[in-house]
Formats: sequence, structure tokens, C-alpha cells
Amino acid sequence: MSDITPELVRHLASLARIDLKEDEVIRFTEQLALIVDSVAKISNAIDASTPSTSHPIAMSNVYRDDVVEPSLSQEQALSGAPDQAQGRFKVNAILDEE
Amino acid sequence: MSQDLTRKTASELAQLLATKEVSAVEVTKAHLDRIASVGDSVHSFLHHNNESALATAKQVDELRAAGEPLAELAGVPIAVKDNLTTTDAPTTAGSKMLEGWLPPYDATVVAKLRKAMLPILGKTNLDEFAMGSSTEFSAFGPSRNPWDLERIPGGSGGGSSSVVASFQAPLAIGSDTGGSIRFPAAVTGTVGIKPTYGAVSRYGLIALASSLDQIGPVTRNVLDAALLQDLIAGHDPHDSTSLPESLGSMADAARAGLQPGSLKGIKVGIIKQLTGAGFQAGVTTRFEESLKLMVEAGAELVEVDCPSFEYAIDAYYLILPAEASSNLAKFDSVRFGARTMPEGNPTIERVMAATREAGFGPEVKRRIILGTYALSSGSYDKFYGAALKVRTLIQRDFDAAFAKADVLVSPTAPTTAFKFGDKVADPLAMYLNDVATIPANLAGIPGISVPIGLAPEDNLPVGIQFLAPARQDAKLYHVGAALEGILENLWGKRMIDFANELKGI
Amino acid sequence: MARAELMDYEKALEQFEVVIGLEVHIELNTKSKMFCGCRNDFGDEPNTNVCPICIGLPGSLPAVNRRAVESSISIGLALGCQIAPTGRFSRKNYFYPDLAKNFQTSQYDEPIAFEGSLDVEVPSGKVFTVAIERAHMEEDAGKLTHIGGDTGRIQGADFSLVDYNRAGVPLVEIVTKPVYGAGAEAPELAAAYVRAIRDIVKSLGVSEARMERGNVRCDANVSIRPHGQAKLGTRTETKNVNSLRSIERAVRYEIQRQAAILAKGGTITQETRHWHEDKGSTSAGRPKSDADDYRYFPEPDLVPVQPSTELIERLRAALPENPADRRKRLMGEWGFAELEFRDVVNSGLLDELEAAVAAGATPQAARKWYTGEIARLANSLDKDVSELAITPADVAELAGLVESGKINDRIGREVLQAVIDGAGNPAKIVADRGLEVVSDDGALIAAIDAALASQPDVLAKIREGKVQAAGAVIGAVMQAMKGQADAARVRELVLERANA
Ligand SMILES: [Mg+2]
Ligand SMILES: [Zn+2]
Repeated sequence: MSDITPELVRHLASLARIDLKEDEVIRFTEQLALIVDSVAKISNAIDASTPSTSHPIAMSNVYRDDVVEPSLSQEQALSGAPDQAQGRFKVNAILDEE
Repeated sequence: MSQDLTRKTASELAQLLATKEVSAVEVTKAHLDRIASVGDSVHSFLHHNNESALATAKQVDELRAAGEPLAELAGVPIAVKDNLTTTDAPTTAGSKMLEGWLPPYDATVVAKLRKAMLPILGKTNLDEFAMGSSTEFSAFGPSRNPWDLERIPGGSGGGSSSVVASFQAPLAIGSDTGGSIRFPAAVTGTVGIKPTYGAVSRYGLIALASSLDQIGPVTRNVLDAALLQDLIAGHDPHDSTSLPESLGSMADAARAGLQPGSLKGIKVGIIKQLTGAGFQAGVTTRFEESLKLMVEAGAELVEVDCPSFEYAIDAYYLILPAEASSNLAKFDSVRFGARTMPEGNPTIERVMAATREAGFGPEVKRRIILGTYALSSGSYDKFYGAALKVRTLIQRDFDAAFAKADVLVSPTAPTTAFKFGDKVADPLAMYLNDVATIPANLAGIPGISVPIGLAPEDNLPVGIQFLAPARQDAKLYHVGAALEGILENLWGKRMIDFANELKGI
Repeated sequence: MARAELMDYEKALEQFEVVIGLEVHIELNTKSKMFCGCRNDFGDEPNTNVCPICIGLPGSLPAVNRRAVESSISIGLALGCQIAPTGRFSRKNYFYPDLAKNFQTSQYDEPIAFEGSLDVEVPSGKVFTVAIERAHMEEDAGKLTHIGGDTGRIQGADFSLVDYNRAGVPLVEIVTKPVYGAGAEAPELAAAYVRAIRDIVKSLGVSEARMERGNVRCDANVSIRPHGQAKLGTRTETKNVNSLRSIERAVRYEIQRQAAILAKGGTITQETRHWHEDKGSTSAGRPKSDADDYRYFPEPDLVPVQPSTELIERLRAALPENPADRRKRLMGEWGFAELEFRDVVNSGLLDELEAAVAAGATPQAARKWYTGEIARLANSLDKDVSELAITPADVAELAGLVESGKINDRIGREVLQAVIDGAGNPAKIVADRGLEVVSDDGALIAAIDAALASQPDVLAKIREGKVQAAGAVIGAVMQAMKGQADAARVRELVLERANA
């Protein structure tokens, strides 16, 4: 059985910056438990000596030359921003007031 | 004439355009008329691009009149999945999070389409961030299967498959992370290819799972797909995983496949794990019929064993959410996209969390949480790390199989198109649609789905999948075109002609 | 923010052993950013050196800057590290508004360089070998400005503004292993280490290496434990201490602060702390917690870095001499006294001196001119010596003119000014302006005789043996010759003529 609990789901949601509603926490806990129980069997297929494959096609040393290419204009860069000021992206304060 | 033009394949249209029998404006208008008459019944499009499509068509006609050299598909209309960035049309990835977002840059594939001057008719619907197999997870409502409007058109690329199947465009661009091109193709009677990973640049494709995503063609026949892959493939310095070498001409391969006797001596490996139990009876019937036809045409069947495929779905549903959880972190309301303001004077952390709660749909949140779990300290080795090892085993299975066969074969999907709502509440059932398509994404190899007739029990399209070793996409076009030719001879018409009397549209 | 209680430094060292660890971030001076073609220059208008990649727009992908990789290898080699035959980039996942993708693309478990060491000399002359754990490549974040509240501080701000010009600038992070045994000299060692790193990356030419501009940034880890205790104490990490002096002060402060807490039976919180230059103290930042789960995984959008042996050996062959070795060598070769040499090093004129000596100047003459008149001129113009229009060859030529007696020091200074003003090289200026010392005794004797004749009382004094009275005559002669005479020769002749 998986170790998926509502507390864990809340913790994961906070790591992922999602403000889950309580009913979602409950539903995701159930669904994740099922999924995790199902996928957990992959550990049967492998052992410590099995190498990992992070990239499907093996390549290495792909570089670009150190050459400056055109950037976006400030207007283009900010074009999709929900809020902006002084040529910069505007966001709410970062920490709670102390 | 207008009705006729929308029934033509892209290669036929290209021919008519080259000989000036029709103009690009006529071709584009015919498709815009068709789009208007289909209306919202299929809901393939999230955005229509009529004006810019017509402008491109007009430009093609002018250049052709002036005798300028043009790309083979210049003037042939196309639809683009809405997870590729376009500077002249909003790009949403099917998510509320990006509603109305106008990117300041074109995806490399879109830039290639513009350079070759294919009129882009619009952006097609998809499951939110391409997470799904039915388009039911699109934030803007599902697309429908033109063969039966009560059924799903496959996913995530149900917009692209339904556009092509309902004659709204001869060509469409899709993306395939675990079957999102091939599964929709199978259930809509169209052709869909996932090229070798890296054959087509991913630059400008809104990433779902970076190591699995690949852009590919969605069309009504194999030759059209080949022409489109030849157009969009090629090395791109903006994509570090893009293959440096050319894979040759897919169109040549398709044309060679259409020659009589082209299947002689070709070894076709039947994947033991992807046949039999779990597959709908009519799917198996059509699949076995196709195999028989191929043998009659000179192909040789061998059985291949891929024991690690048992774990493919599990590995996939760890790798995909893990990469997606990171890829989707950028949707935080700072630089682009939606912003949700909680009550009071919230910190940016709370604004981000509220935005992501409101902006993402349930499947996206489910996968982000799952991926966060798979990567978190304490579960990495057991889940994500183990999945990367399974990936090695799957590659080894393929290596062994390709030592015995030129191409591998299976049905593309276990069933024909299912009805809306059938699987939406059961993630595990939904994930099983991709059982046959997922291994190719894990291994990076190419796969094609070709329509092979209707399942007797429900008269819905069935697809066959061929797989080839990495970089040998040409083999798929060769074998796919060969089988397509044999079937068309047998039927006396094209697969899509079965759908000529599409109900009510 | 109340100032923490501090223990007397000497007392702290009596009771506790200090362990430090240093993380130095070097900003590379590539033309373009780490993963995109935007200009690597963040002084510009906000959000003008940005593109879909470095502001993390959907669909964009990174591509690695070749020069950044090569610079990183050079740094690794200069620190005596092994270069990894295979390395890769990973994603470090955490949400912060200055991080465009909400993950930092960074090397993690496969850094490009590892297992090096650096000998560092502290002011007492003691040399410590600092073991280097790793040097890895990563990208910088954007710049946040906090508006409203308490003068731009993060606490209490009304809102914040983000400029991503700096996002994606290539960094190399150099991490030491824990450094034991520096005792009371731990703060000095920390500063000397960072200085040594700065000198090395500057000599490699891979970074502007200007600390005041943030090209070199240091995070200092400090922990203490009672003497004889085997277990390491809880450490704090003081972030972004950006001058050599502050590094020393911050480490000293943390030792005293932690000692005061432990002595009272308290416990140290593992946390990041911020250094306040104005107050000379640190304050608590975010405590480390379970929430710091960065979920590293291999960056799927980038392929492994596998530097070839040829590349590594080519970069190794191109390494400049280690700055510390070079200093040792030059001090010996030049025969300077310790203090003289330190003067040269501190004025940052080692390169210039070496070049002038190579061009034929004696070390002492080169030192005299560079640390004297040239430094003074640069200072008065508010410029760097390197920005003045005078080459080491000019200086060697000038020194040669003085040495051979063709001009004197005063004329030399005049010539120097003319060189800087663009009048040509020293020999040309001396020739053009007829500045050469008058060595024709005939002309000098005439002037001397005239001066003696006009000052009979002085003449009398000289004849009485009051030699120092000759000064007045010498002065008059020098004035008559417009300074273009060798004062020593004039003196000789004055005495000769007076007693003739
Ligand atoms: Mg770092
Ligand atoms: Zn950029």
C-alpha cells in the first residue's frame, strides 16, 4: 500500500505552489494512492546495476557559439505580463510583513 | 469544385496548384467554407486565422504568377495544434492559464510553415497541456469525433485529428508525448506519425514532458504525412536535442512503398505483449486482416518478445508527470498568463498558489502532484529513478526486437473511439489507451498509425501502428504507404471515403 | 532587529573550534548568456537583454554556451581539479519570482570539475591548503527591486519589480570542503581564499572579477564546536558577502554570535543569514526546512557535457601561471623587499611592472615610476592605470633616459605627462622639445661663473670651506638652464670654479 496521505498531498501541493481545495486533497489522495500502488511495481523490473536513460537518443556536447543574438524589445518582453511598472514585471510583495 | 477541393489530399492539391488549375486562394477559401459549415459541431479549433491564411494564399498566387520558386506544399492549408507558439494567433495549450496569450515568437515548426507559405487556418484544440487521450480535459470544451459526434476524437491532439478527418484541412500539426498523434489518428481514420525524437525541433512547443515530446504530421494519407515531415524536420540549433543529421526524404520512401512488390522480404515483428487479450475484437479482426494482406504481398512475420513493456505505462506515468511538474512551474502569473488575486494583501507566493489552483484543470494538477511526489527526496529512487532504469530496459527490448525485424507492428489502440465520459473519472483506465504507443516515446523511436478499416461491431476506424528503429522513419513511410495502397485497392476507395457521409456535418 | 549578543573573540576561540566552508560564485565574462544569445550585460535598461529563453516563455529551450563550458574547465584546472569526463545539467526546482522558469538550470551530481585544492596565504604568512570539493556551472537569477516599505528592503515592501537582464548569466560556483584548523585566523583565511580565487579567475581572463560589481560573490558557512567534540556544529550560511573585508567581518561576527549562544546553552538554528555592511552584523533569513526539497533531476532539454581529452589539454596548456606562484617568483627575481613588493601587488600593477621590466626597465625603476608618478596621475584623472595612454615600453624607455642621465627625474615627470597627453613616446618628446640635460660643461661653466660673479658673498663662503653655501649658486644655475642640467655635475663644477 502506498504512503499517500492527505498531509502528504498538501505538502506536495505546497511544493508545487498549488492552493488545493480540501475536496481536491481528498480526491487526489485517493487517486494518487491508486496510481502510486500501480506504478510501484516498476521496482520489480530493475536492479542496482540497471543503467538509467534520461534522454531517449544519446547525444553529447551540443553547444552554441558565444555569439550575441537579438533580444526581445522591452515592450515585447512585457507584452504578456499580468502587471508591470518601470519596464519591469510587477509582483506582490515577497514576504509577509513582519 | 469547392467541396471537391476539401476532399483532395495535400499532394493532389500541391499538384493542382503547381499546374495552376486552382489558385491557393481558392483552395484556402474552400477550406474556410468547409470550416464554417462544420461550425462548432466538431469543435476542432480554438482560434481561426482566416485573414492571415488568405493573405498567405494570395502571396503564394502572386509569387507563382511571377514564376518564383515555391515549396512543394506552398498554398496547401494546414492547421496547427495550439501548443505551438504563433505570433499572429493566441497560444493557449488548451489551458485557462494561457487564455489570450499572444507569444512574441514563432515555434521553429511554425516558422518553417510560414517560410514554405502554407496558409495556417487556425489553432487546434487539445487536452490541457496535452495531458489526456480524449480532449475532454481541454479547458475550452472537447472536440468531437467526426465519425460519431458522441465519441472522442482521441487525445491530446483531438483537434488536429478531427480537423483532418472532417475535411477542414488536409494537413495538421500534432505533438506526441505518449500517443497524442497516433491515438487520435487511429480513432478518426487518419494517418499520424511520431518521428524519431529530435527529428523535428521542439523549439516553441509548449513542453509537456521534454524527453518524450515530439512534433509530427497528421494527415489523411501516408504520402501527405511524408511531405509534411520533410518540410518540418531538420536540425535546429535552438533545440539541443535536435538531431544533427538528415534522415533522408520521407516522400521518396512513401512513393517507393506505393510501388508493387515493395513489401517483398520485409520482416514484420509482431509484439507479443501488444496483441490479444485487452484488445477489442474488431480491432484484432482488422489488425490480423492487415497482417494477412502484408504476408500476401511478400512480407515475413516474426514474433518478438518485449517483456519490459509490462512496465512501460508505469514508467511513463512517472517520467511524464515528473518532467511536467517542472515544465509547468513557469506558469506563475509573473511574466505571462493568468493571475488570480486572493483576498486581502497576499504575498506573491500566495498569488502564485491561487493562480495555479484556479488556472490548472484537475488532470494537470493531478499530474503535477504526482510528478512532484516522484521527484521528491525519499521517493526519487523508488519512482523517478526506477522509471529511468525501466526506460533502459525498454530500449533493450526494442534493440533485440529490431535485430529480428525491420519494423514492429501492433494495433495503435486497444479500442475504437469511446464515448464522452466513459473514462474521464478513472485516470488508470484513461492511461491504458496509450499502452501500445507509449513504448516508442520512452525509447525515442518513430511510430506511425495508419487506418486499416472499420471495426465490424461499431463501424468505427481502427489503426495499425508500425515502429522502426531510431532515425529510420523512412521505413515507416515505406511500409505504411505499401499497406495503405493494398487496402485502397481492396476497398476500391480511400479509408476516409468511408466517412463521406459524416453524420450531420 | 536587535543586535545579537556576541562573545569576546579571544574567549570564543579558547572554547570553540571553528569550521568554515565557502561557496564562491564567479560571473563569467562571456559575450552572451549561459543558455541563450542575449547580451551578458545587466547594467542596461531593464528587460532589454531578454528573450523567450531567459524569461522562460512557454515553448522556449536552452542551448549551452560553449565558451562558458571552456571557461569553467579552465577554472577547474587552475584549481587543480579533475575534469569530469561526463557531466550534465540538472534542474533545481523552487519557486521564486526572480527565477524565470521556477527552476534553476544547474549542475548537481555531476559537476564539471571536482577534487581540487588551493594554497592560501594569510597575513601572518601561514599557508593553508583549502580543499575544493567541486566547481559547477549554473545560471544567475533576475534582479528584484522592492518598492515601498522600509527603504527597498524585502521586509514590508508594498510590491516588487523584476528585471530579467541578469537571468541566465553564466556562473561558476566553487565549493570548498569544510576547512578545519584555521583557528583565530579563520576570518582572514576566508578573505584570503576569496581573494586568491578572484586573482585566479582574473588571470584566466574568464571573469571581470570585480567584487564591487558582484562578479565574485561569496556565501560563508560557519560552524563552531567545543574543542575535542567530534560532531560538527550546526552551520549557518551567510549569503552574498561581497567584499574581502566584509567576508572577514562576517565570519568573525558569526563565530562570536554562535559562541555566545552555545555558551548560554542555546542551540544554533541552521539557516541562511544576511550580512549587513552598515551594521556589521548578520540577520536570520529563511530557516532551512523540509520545504527545501529541490527535486533535482537531469535537465531533459540539454545533453551531457563530455569534454574531450584534447580540449582539456588545450585549456590546460593555455593556463597562465598561478597568481601566487607568480608573485613568489617575481619577488625573487626582482629582489624587492617584502613591503615594496606588497605595495606593487596592492596597487594591482604587477602586470604592468612585469611588462616594463621585460621591455628593459630595471625592476626598481619600473616600480618607482608605476607606483609613484603614474599612479598619482591616474588617481588625479580618476582613472585606472590601465586606462592611461602609456605603455610599459614607454615606461621602460623613460626609465632608460633617466638612468643614462639624459634627463632628470623632474623632466621625466614632464615627459610622462606629455606621453599621456598623446605627444608621442618619451625619446621623441625629449628630442622634440629639447629637454635633454645640458652636459656641455662649457655652457654650464659660463652660467656658473656668471652666478658666482653676481653673488660674491656666497663665493667667499665657499672659499672659506662652507660647502653648503653652494646650494644657492646651484639653484641659480639650474634656473638659468631651465632645469635641463644634471644637478650633481653642476655642484661639482661650482666647487671647482669657486676654488679655481
Ligand atoms: Mg548554486
Ligand atoms: Zn535570453
